[in-house]
Amino acid sequence: MTQVTNEKMDQVLGFIDSISQKPYVDSYLIAVLHKVQQLYGYLPQDVMDIVAEKMQIPTAHIWGVATFYHYFNLSPIGKHTLSVCMGTACYVKGAEKILETLKKELKIEVGQTTEDKLFTLQEARCLGACGIAPVLMVDDKIYGELDAKKTVEIINQYRKAAGK
Amino acid sequence: MAEQITIYINNKAYKVDPNQTIMQAADTLGFHIPRLCYHPKLSIEGACRVCIVEVEGARNYVASCAFPVSDGMKIHTNTQALRKARRDIIELILDNHPQDCHTCERDGNCELQRLASSMGIRARHFEGPRKRYEKDLSSDAVIRDPEKCILCGRCVRMCSEIQQVHNLTQAHRGFNTVVMPAYNMPMGESVCTACGQCINVCPTAAFLEKNYTQELFEKLNDPALVKVVQFAPSVRAAIGEAFDVPPGRNMEGQLVAALRKLGFDYVFDTQFSADLTIMEEASEFLERVQNKGVLPMITSCSSAWMKCMEQFYPDLIANVSTCKSPMSMQGAVTKSYFAQKIGVDPKKILSVATMCCTAKKYEAARPELMVDGMRGVDIVVTTREIAWMIKSAGIDLLHIQPEEPDHPLGMSSGAGAIFGTTGGVMEAAIRTAYGLYTGQTLVDIEIKGIRGLKGIKEGTLEMDGKEIRVAVAHGLGNACKLLEQVRSDPGRYHFIEIMGCPGGCVGGGGQPYAQCNTIPLDDEALQKRAQALYDLDRSKTIRRSHDNPDVQKLYKEFLQRPLSPTSHKYLHTHYKPKTPLGIIPAKERQSGV
Ligand code: SF4
Ligand code: SF4
Ligand code: SF4
Ligand code: FES
Ligand code: FES
Repeated sequence: MTQVTNEKMDQVLGFIDSISQKPYVDSYLIAVLHKVQQLYGYLPQDVMDIVAEKMQIPTAHIWGVATFYHYFNLSPIGKHTLSVCMGTACYVKGAEKILETLKKELKIEVGQTTEDKLFTLQEARCLGACGIAPVLMVDDKIYGELDAKKTVEIINQYRKAAGK
Repeated sequence: MAEQITIYINNKAYKVDPNQTIMQAADTLGFHIPRLCYHPKLSIEGACRVCIVEVEGARNYVASCAFPVSDGMKIHTNTQALRKARRDIIELILDNHPQDCHTCERDGNCELQRLASSMGIRARHFEGPRKRYEKDLSSDAVIRDPEKCILCGRCVRMCSEIQQVHNLTQAHRGFNTVVMPAYNMPMGESVCTACGQCINVCPTAAFLEKNYTQELFEKLNDPALVKVVQFAPSVRAAIGEAFDVPPGRNMEGQLVAALRKLGFDYVFDTQFSADLTIMEEASEFLERVQNKGVLPMITSCSSAWMKCMEQFYPDLIANVSTCKSPMSMQGAVTKSYFAQKIGVDPKKILSVATMCCTAKKYEAARPELMVDGMRGVDIVVTTREIAWMIKSAGIDLLHIQPEEPDHPLGMSSGAGAIFGTTGGVMEAAIRTAYGLYTGQTLVDIEIKGIRGLKGIKEGTLEMDGKEIRVAVAHGLGNACKLLEQVRSDPGRYHFIEIMGCPGGCVGGGGQPYAQCNTIPLDDEALQKRAQALYDLDRSKTIRRSHDNPDVQKLYKEFLQRPLSPTSHKYLHTHYKPKTPLGIIPAKERQSGV
């Protein structure tokens, strides 16, 4: 068995133990992966390995599930998460342009994290702020009525705050 | 037996057994419904919809591989609308498939080509967005080319259900779906055992063996080299299929002749070293029995099984025989005993193995098996590769005069021949162990109980009043089942044979692709290949390994006796655990979790 001393890992293992009493453990895999993501911010490969061993589910199968759902991050996320709303209202009002601007400015694709680990770029569904579309959410703060220029300004604010 | 029911196919009534799918019933009636994701040995995925048929009263076309027959059911397999629907499905697949057939290794052997041709697709209407992926060339044995993948899922199910290696998964979704190992690890670093069964079931060129034919052609033209080749038992039993001969014809003599025509100076037979392996393995077994060594002893000749064992059963390493495989033994004596005999520097010998197996490529490259810093086998080619080379060199395999292998490493007993099929190594070992232990000759040498395609077979044998219990498993999934038993009840067996592929080497990952309208790894074909080897055994006067005069000579002139220090140097090895974290290993742990 793997030696695990880390506190977060203990929580994951504890969580698996707490559900292992129930039937159909396999169907709890997604719940376990959520727990991992909640604790680590993403799904580290080492942790998936330990989950595999603990739950006796092949790692390849876990990998299949982890990659199937968009909400699982497969690599560490940045300090700030940028969620560009791609809901209908935002889309109509030019969300795609905002996304392109961010991709260009940060030199990353959706789902990726900038090299300085400051930003992770994501797409979101309607954020409930259609009135001020197009919308960008940084962590849990909403910015509306954006255009390319304003978007870059927001990014620069966060960069400045981080001293970059 | 349940009562038969009546179904109608294309307006004709047929009596069929209930409790089967439309496809199964149609198969027995001579209707071959096109199919893609279906394979009789695997679970039903029902995903490709190539096998659709019309069932009167059903709202949509149904997938015949998954839909059960029922009494009075009216089925249509060939209406115009259905033909068009099916064709559309294949056209959609072709849309984002490379237009590469001319330069593709599966050209002429490809199920997708056959489907396209049988649908009468004569133009490509849409050029959809194409997938672009790098080939994974990291493994010594198995190449992954996701661009050619049409996502039928057969490889994933083969690897997990039959082999229980669980190396593959369909990762991501929709258009971006890719078949890959966990974490998109390179095949060479993954838990892949190199068994090649994914290649066997893949309809396209998305999995292939690493091809060494060009390199071999080049070396065959190098006058400075002495070119030596060996060929495995089951190559002769299957290579005919690559030349459209029905399964089960022994092509030994023709193959020997063809190998000479290709430019090999010496053609040896791996069956010789199968006899040699038996001498060592049977002696090792008896030593363990007499000196209370670790039992059950488990055979070690299947390379895919060895990788599987190191990863998943490191606790059983002490049970595994230290004998190298016949291929590696042959390589070792080729570069020592034989090199001395002909007075040639072993570095000037090109040692080639023609194998039914892809994992042998991996085995040949293993550092543990080197002797004096030299590989025993320099190049391994599969049955498929050598068949291609024979064709490419313009050699007419079917019409050449059969020839015999060379001495001193070419003569074999019947026991060496049956090494190629599940149960054969055990049978051969018993013939010799019995002789060595009791000093008598085993009269009933055909041990029927451990023949055939049952996943796990058991047998008992009495040697001088001592009961010896043996078990045989083929396919890594069956091996896993058997080894779980060993873990929980170590005293149950004395001797275990494991072969990594379904049916043993006859079903190896390097054997010819299934012929048109046949299925890969079809049981009947596997049985016929095995029968060819059993017939070969029967046709020989010498049927026990220890009676092979050339093997006796090798001991007299070079190895002294089984398990001697010289034997140990050349013919034995030791394996180490490759302990994975998690039940499937990742790369080296990087961060402290
Ligand atoms: S896999 Fe088949 S269809 Fe695809 S390029 Fe190769 S031969 Fe052609
Ligand atoms: S070669 Fe065998 S173990 Fe490796 S991926 Fe293919 S089926 Fe799985
Ligand atoms: S690699 Fe081959 S067997 Fe596997 S899903 Fe793709 S086409 Fe099917
Ligand atoms: S669509 Fe973007 S907030 Fe609703
Ligand atoms: S063969 Fe029936 S759905 Fe694929």
